[in-house]
Amino acid sequence: MSRVQFPTSIASRPVYGTLAPRPGKAHLMMADAEGAGALLDLASQDAGLMARAHILYIPRATGEAFAAGLRALNPAQLYIGPSFDAALPRLRRVLSDAHMGLQVYLAGTEGLMGRAAAEVAAAGIPYGAVQTEHRGSLARRMQCVHCKGITEDVTTDPFVCSHCGLNLFVRDHYSRRLAAFQGVCIDAEDPGNVPEPVELYK
Amino acid sequence: MSAAPQKAKAGAEKIEVIVSAVVPVNDLVTRFEFRRPDGAPFPPFSAGAHTVVEMKDQGRTRLNPYSLMSDPADPSLYAISVRRDDQGRGGSLFLHRQVKPGDRMTITYPVNLFPVDLRGRKHVFLAGGIGITPFLAMIAQLEKLGARWELHYSVRNAALGSYAGDLTARHPGKVRVYHDDQQQAIPLGDLLDGQPLGTHVYVCGPKGMIDWVHRTATEHGWPKDNVHSEEFLAPQPGTPFEVRLCKSDMTILVGENESLLEAMERCGVDAPFLCRGGACGQCETDVVDHDGSFIHRDHWLEDDQRASGKKIMPCVSRFVGPTLVLDR
Repeated sequence: MSRVQFPTSIASRPVYGTLAPRPGKAHLMMADAEGAGALLDLASQDAGLMARAHILYIPRATGEAFAAGLRALNPAQLYIGPSFDAALPRLRRVLSDAHMGLQVYLAGTEGLMGRAAAEVAAAGIPYGAVQTEHRGSLARRMQCVHCKGITEDVTTDPFVCSHCGLNLFVRDHYSRRLAAFQGVCIDAEDPGNVPEPVELYK
Repeated sequence: MSAAPQKAKAGAEKIEVIVSAVVPVNDLVTRFEFRRPDGAPFPPFSAGAHTVVEMKDQGRTRLNPYSLMSDPADPSLYAISVRRDDQGRGGSLFLHRQVKPGDRMTITYPVNLFPVDLRGRKHVFLAGGIGITPFLAMIAQLEKLGARWELHYSVRNAALGSYAGDLTARHPGKVRVYHDDQQQAIPLGDLLDGQPLGTHVYVCGPKGMIDWVHRTATEHGWPKDNVHSEEFLAPQPGTPFEVRLCKSDMTILVGENESLLEAMERCGVDAPFLCRGGACGQCETDVVDHDGSFIHRDHWLEDDQRASGKKIMPCVSRFVGPTLVLDR
């Protein structure tokens, strides 16, 4: 999977790096879809990492493509589940049992990294200490600023809010708390005057 | 890192105080308590703050930073504890020998460069010697908030453990004292490993101890943001050097036993400062030209800024060479 060069934007837009092994007492890794590739690359840099690693993986559309590879890393614990929400109770339990010295590695879509980072921050690890690496889809998790509904996996701009039906403009303005970009009504002053949606985020 | 905002007049606002008590704590440490002459309440401060004490010592003005150790909830007094440094530049000796109850002094408004991160789930304090002072205020503040904390306090011997007895009596189970003369040491690695997520660690003490804590915490996987330290540096003597100050249009000589900042002040230049100990960044000064080498001693400048030769912190850093031109 090719790496995406995100254009520079406003300060609230998250930026992502490249996962690198760090000293730690335990290693929590969470990834979805092509994000598994980042974990495979991470493991190849430090053979000792996996003995103390707990991997939570959501394959999404990649199906079985990465599962065998992750199993072959032989992590201390490996969970493969159907969705972020299905994995959430496990993530929270791992965080509630964890101690200082835990390293957190997140990889895959912005939606997954954002939601996981918010959970990790709520557990007491500052954002700056969480490593992230974007892989795979550019689809965005959007919050409608009008009805507050969340629409997952938005790929076009503008798009229609899945809750209230307003035509929303996709902003780079991001909420860490909600792990979502903000969508603002694009035709408020001239209802119906909506630009043709452009597929920006595959 | 950018320079802290500059103010119209150098230093923090000043407060006139009366020395209300001078209390020997042990052979090396004395506590000084200040009240306001008009009985007015002091400005509120947050635990970890320091004040700069102005000392008129035989025509020479000394300005030394000391952590406020009194309870932040008590606006009637400020207290500092000062360790006598017989080899130092004389500020602590002046306080110990010259200052008596009833004396009028000038101190600055508190400035906090070492605050408690109140987002923390738990706070672990590591004190070395006189580094205990900011933690006395922090403990008072956290006790009122009902926050979780523990103190690990390393002292040379029981007789020199300032406030160790009070602390252990008042907070049994939260305070551990380690005596150097009994070969006791803070078990740092073990302490770091068991802590719940969201714990913050704070260290105040000698430079070696601060470096040890930062290094060990990094090795144990602690985020940088969860490790806090404060060390005020005293300016070190050095070879006298000449400085050209462009804006002031004068050339001054920095003597062996004064800092660049003190030399500028002596010559009437209103140079900015707050902590005078290399920590706050307020005195950051642009270098216009130089021929020679810098002796950077501050905790403020980044490595690349030091390498650039374009910045100096006049409160603690010096210069060796024929030419130094500053934008001041």
